[in-house]
Amino acid sequence: MSDLNQEMAERYKNNFLKEIEEQAEMGEWVKMCMQCGLCSGSCPTNFHSGWDHPPQEIFMLIRAGKREEVLNSEGMYMCTSCYNCYVRCPRKVPVTHVMHGIAEYAYRIGRAPKAQPTLHLSKTFWSNATKYGRVNEVQLTQSLYFKDGVGAGIKKGLEMKDVALGLVKAGRLNPLEALGMGHKCKDIKGIHAMLAKAEELEARNKAAKGKE
Amino acid sequence: MARKEYAFYPGCSSQKGASASNYLVSVESMCKTLDIKMTEIPDWNCCGASISYAEAGELPRHVMNARNFALAETNLPGQDIVATCAACWLGARESKERLEHSSGLMADTQTALKEAGLAIKVIPEVRHMVEVLIEDLGYDELKKPVKKPLQGMKFAGYVGCQTNRPFGIAGESFENPMYLDKLIETVGGEAVKYDQKVTCCGGALAFSEPEKAQGQIKDIIEAAYDGGAEMIVTPCPLCQANVEVYQGQINKRYGTKFDIPVLYYSQLMTLAYGGSAKDAGLNGNVVRARKLEEFAGK
Amino acid sequence: MADTKTAAYICKGCEIDKRVDVSALVKTATKSGKMNLVREHDFLCSAEGVAMIQNDIDNEGVTHAAICACSRRAKTEAFNFPTIAMSRGNLREGVIWIRPDTEDARETTQEMAEDYVRMACAEVKAMQVPPGNQKTGTVKTLLVVGGGMSGMTSALEASKAGYKVVLVEKTGALGGWAGKLYRRVPTREPFKAPEDNGVADMVARIEADSNIKVYLNATIAKTDGAPGRFKVEIAIESGGIAQEDIGAIVQATGFSLYDANKLPEFGYGKTPNVVDQAGLEALAREAAAAGKPICRPFDGQPVKSVVFVQCAGQRDASGTHLQYCSGFCCNTSIKQAMYFKDANPDIDTVVLFTDLRTPGNGEDFYRAAQNKGVIFSKGVVSSVTPSGNACAVKFKDLILNEDTEAQADLVVLATGMVPNSGPDLDQLSEANRQAEGGDEAAKEQVVQLMSKSVLNLTYRQGPDMPQFKHGFNDSHFICFPYETRRTAIYTAGPVRRPMDILQAQEDATGAAMKAIQALENAGLGKAAHPRAGDLSFPTVRLEGCTQCKRCTVECPFGAIDEDEKRFPLFNESRCRRCGTCMGACPVRVISFENYSVNTVGSQIKAVDVPDEFSEKPRILILACENDAYPALDMAGMNRHEYDPYVRVIPIRCLGSVNTIWITDALNGGYDGVMLMGCKHGEEYQCHFVKGSELGRYRLSKVGDTLKGMNLETERVMDLEVAITDIATLPQKINDYAALIKSFPPSPFKGF
Ligand code: SF4
Ligand code: SF4
Ligand code: SF4
Ligand code: SF4
Ligand code: SF4
Ligand code: SF4
Repeated sequence: MSDLNQEMAERYKNNFLKEIEEQAEMGEWVKMCMQCGLCSGSCPTNFHSGWDHPPQEIFMLIRAGKREEVLNSEGMYMCTSCYNCYVRCPRKVPVTHVMHGIAEYAYRIGRAPKAQPTLHLSKTFWSNATKYGRVNEVQLTQSLYFKDGVGAGIKKGLEMKDVALGLVKAGRLNPLEALGMGHKCKDIKGIHAMLAKAEELEARNKAAKGKE
Repeated sequence: MARKEYAFYPGCSSQKGASASNYLVSVESMCKTLDIKMTEIPDWNCCGASISYAEAGELPRHVMNARNFALAETNLPGQDIVATCAACWLGARESKERLEHSSGLMADTQTALKEAGLAIKVIPEVRHMVEVLIEDLGYDELKKPVKKPLQGMKFAGYVGCQTNRPFGIAGESFENPMYLDKLIETVGGEAVKYDQKVTCCGGALAFSEPEKAQGQIKDIIEAAYDGGAEMIVTPCPLCQANVEVYQGQINKRYGTKFDIPVLYYSQLMTLAYGGSAKDAGLNGNVVRARKLEEFAGK
Repeated sequence: MADTKTAAYICKGCEIDKRVDVSALVKTATKSGKMNLVREHDFLCSAEGVAMIQNDIDNEGVTHAAICACSRRAKTEAFNFPTIAMSRGNLREGVIWIRPDTEDARETTQEMAEDYVRMACAEVKAMQVPPGNQKTGTVKTLLVVGGGMSGMTSALEASKAGYKVVLVEKTGALGGWAGKLYRRVPTREPFKAPEDNGVADMVARIEADSNIKVYLNATIAKTDGAPGRFKVEIAIESGGIAQEDIGAIVQATGFSLYDANKLPEFGYGKTPNVVDQAGLEALAREAAAAGKPICRPFDGQPVKSVVFVQCAGQRDASGTHLQYCSGFCCNTSIKQAMYFKDANPDIDTVVLFTDLRTPGNGEDFYRAAQNKGVIFSKGVVSSVTPSGNACAVKFKDLILNEDTEAQADLVVLATGMVPNSGPDLDQLSEANRQAEGGDEAAKEQVVQLMSKSVLNLTYRQGPDMPQFKHGFNDSHFICFPYETRRTAIYTAGPVRRPMDILQAQEDATGAAMKAIQALENAGLGKAAHPRAGDLSFPTVRLEGCTQCKRCTVECPFGAIDEDEKRFPLFNESRCRRCGTCMGACPVRVISFENYSVNTVGSQIKAVDVPDEFSEKPRILILACENDAYPALDMAGMNRHEYDPYVRVIPIRCLGSVNTIWITDALNGGYDGVMLMGCKHGEEYQCHFVKGSELGRYRLSKVGDTLKGMNLETERVMDLEVAITDIATLPQKINDYAALIKSFPPSPFKGF
């Protein structure tokens, strides 16, 4: 994984902006930001701690070539996909998608922060969704709670016990899902084949970039 | 023949026994009254949702949606796809736009689809249930079947993010969309004014970063109370769940005494159309809407 | 005038007859108005009504008509009788529309209407038919000073309109700043790349134009005369003088770049690798000529990285450098950054800005540059220092909030525009004053200042155009951007205010059109803006003149010189008919045929002032006809009511108010006098630029008079009114009326 990081760093030498433009989804928009700050001002998570760089700053850091700082940032994972920035940006920068794109890229080259809870959710969600074609909410929850180990999982589970019980009582959480007996698609095989192909094509496309 | 027919995409959270199953129940009742036929897309799969961005990458996400498009097109030709979940709608609609705008992406998608024995010809329209109600039927039509107006009840119409941005309902502003208020009024309720109508509920962060998200949820509920609301109404399953199920934890964390029911517009409509508490899925609410339960019983 | 026959016409239309007793008005006009002929009509502005008046003029010998109907601002086409003197009594907007239609109000409304009839009769009797200025000049040639983009545009546009042009350029070639550019900011869709500077094409068109005569290496040695008959001496290349007869002038002398030597912190002068924007253009032209990339001046190596420093010595709040934004330099830097990126996308190109200001279609251009990979960073540069063969740029990144540094082969400073506007007239007159007192240094200074003169006008008020903010040649920027304080002399382009080429060309076109209008008006003996077409002009009874010089000093337009005997010498064609001289004259010897101390004074006296027991005060309002009077009319149109005890008289400008009117009114038993004029000072809105300011200064002395009369000083009130104050003005009138009513009645009633 970190080899890929090194490979990319070398391929783009000092041009981090170009690296993002070519490798991150919607990265080509970073250069179009005019630094007005509307996105940062509109971001709901801006008000909470743990937010090291709001979008405007992430973009500025990229343009200033601060590769480490961007790739290590937690900022992208704070995004709730509320699309406030997206609709307000006077430059029509699809900020939400750029943030996601950078996050995905950081993760792809093995540079995303370890144990980032939202990133973990993202991963878990995807593997959960693609395993059966549909999301298994119980397994999803469990794997989230247990990401820091069994002890932490139980503690978290206990904290959230009331929430879960409420949902179960209301018929909105099916404990049987934990046993893999919940929702699934029929053509799971087809889905897996399809996704394997998509991943293969995506890897091919990204690899072709920046080499000329 | 029903007056309108759509290819229904319920999405993971609205399945039976899932976190928004009561949404599904009430939508079914509502559609029955309105003579709308919703046929589930056979063997549909998860839309990928916004949160999968980090793991999934670009093409796999679009391919997931493309599979649903192909299934709808083949099995329910000529019908628009209708989603009830805001995130599903957004994700699918975004995939549609991106695929239609990029021939490269489309070509790769077709290649991947072939692995599952599918292909896309024309991607159907992807619409949200609310769009269908407002655009294809209109407020007047929605009002006609009202048998029991929700007289004197005060609701905070909580629109949230994803039915509102980035696409939104045509003709509505991002900053102050009015459609939900109008829906509330259509069924005889009162839509209160409050200032957190489009604030984010925290989305998936409620799951992964509860401290951060709960702060936001608290602001929303507080504003609804301040506006004089007795209940909150929303069009989005994630908004519904986030605002409803964490009230206990928020009360612990902030010393508040929140106990406000959070409903779907479809639940209000079902009740106003004379449906029972069960038709409206009121039993699926974690914070019981006692006032509505009583109302339904009358 | 020989046979004077007066007539009053009273209109019954627009429901006037429903609201007032018209037959009583007829009586008023006959008895107190003493008109020879009085008629009423159902619909005076109709063809039939107008024909009736015309018939009276043609067959009854009517020479003076008081039309008592609607406001003087309404139905001006219908009531257009140029051969007679005419006044208007404002019964509609001024009376019935601002009063409630109630039984209670009927009496005061009727009194108001009768007063306005009396006033119209009195006014017209004091008027004469203006014969028009006889001392006209009919030269139709335009002088354009400055051969840059603005000047060339003015010349070509005037020629297109069929006028001859004399174009004088100081240097040896036309083109000015634009001529030095390698490329210019795009003027056409899609605004994505620099385009040809366009100078060669314009020069060719000028050379081919038989209407345009060009003097290169020439300056203006002397400008004498007045609109329509300027005599201009041009110092030409050979050292001789060429004479030209000129009708109107456009001054388009452009700007110079702010001197980068004043910015040592940015390394200018310390290393050749720091240039200003002109320097970069020169490098780009050199490179293009040699077919090479742009090179570093230090060692001639191709530039691999360049930093642009925006607002260098501009928008400076400390007062050391330029305080304003020059408006063109952001786009210029974007363009210059593209010189590099278009040639070689690998050149690091960074623009450091605090705000990027891209007027016009610059936003598209800005995006195009971003698309091409120019990096824009919000940052404040603190220093540029030579570093090896290149430079080190220290700056604070405003987004990341950190001090940082960048290396660059070349640094370009976006210094701003300094107008080529001639000497500051205030400074010059001060220096002149001291020089007259024998101060040697001041004499030096006069010589030095005069050497900067552009027009060398022989006007008493100084050799050049007055300056407004920051040394730019002034205009009436709020309402009439082209107007200046020197009739028929217009400034255009960056000498007037900072602007880019496109704006300058538009500006120059407008200025040429205004100049043409001015010379045409001058030829007809008519006034220029804002009383365009007015045939009256100030006359002075010199036998009464005390040579106090108030008029010559105060005239905002430099229209009055002094003759050999030190009497005021009016240059009618330079005059704008503001009346400031009339207001200023302590012995009241200045007047216009259609506006004089008497036309207003007789109206003041015509008003019926009830005695002190009637509880009906009288308040005189003197309202500026450019803003306040239209605002009052519009208040009427919107049916905003106001106090029935006010009587409004329109005046040309607050500057034309002679204090005698105020003392006459107070002596005549009025309880208060309210003056309405436009905003003055830096953000003035006065149509005559300085008129309201001068008027207000004069009025500030009235307080003593009031004290002398034992009256409350609040009885005279000065109100600043803008034309948009439609809704608030009636309230202010009512408030003032309430204040006046709180005082005891004027002790002068009945005297
Ligand atoms: S709103 Fe858009 S232009 Fe403004 S800072 Fe954010 S991304 Fe940049
Ligand atoms: S979409 Fe993400 S980055 Fe944008 S405002 Fe919402 S939370 Fe912030
Ligand atoms: S517009 Fe004037 S002149 Fe015409 S009818 Fe009305 S008041 Fe009389
Ligand atoms: S145009 Fe740009 S560089 Fe020039 S002064 Fe204005 S803001 Fe500064
Ligand atoms: S003060 Fe006004 S009216 Fe008098 S000469 Fe000057 S411009 Fe003319
Ligand atoms: S203001 Fe009157 S008195 Fe004074 S110089 Fe002028 S004309 Fe003569």
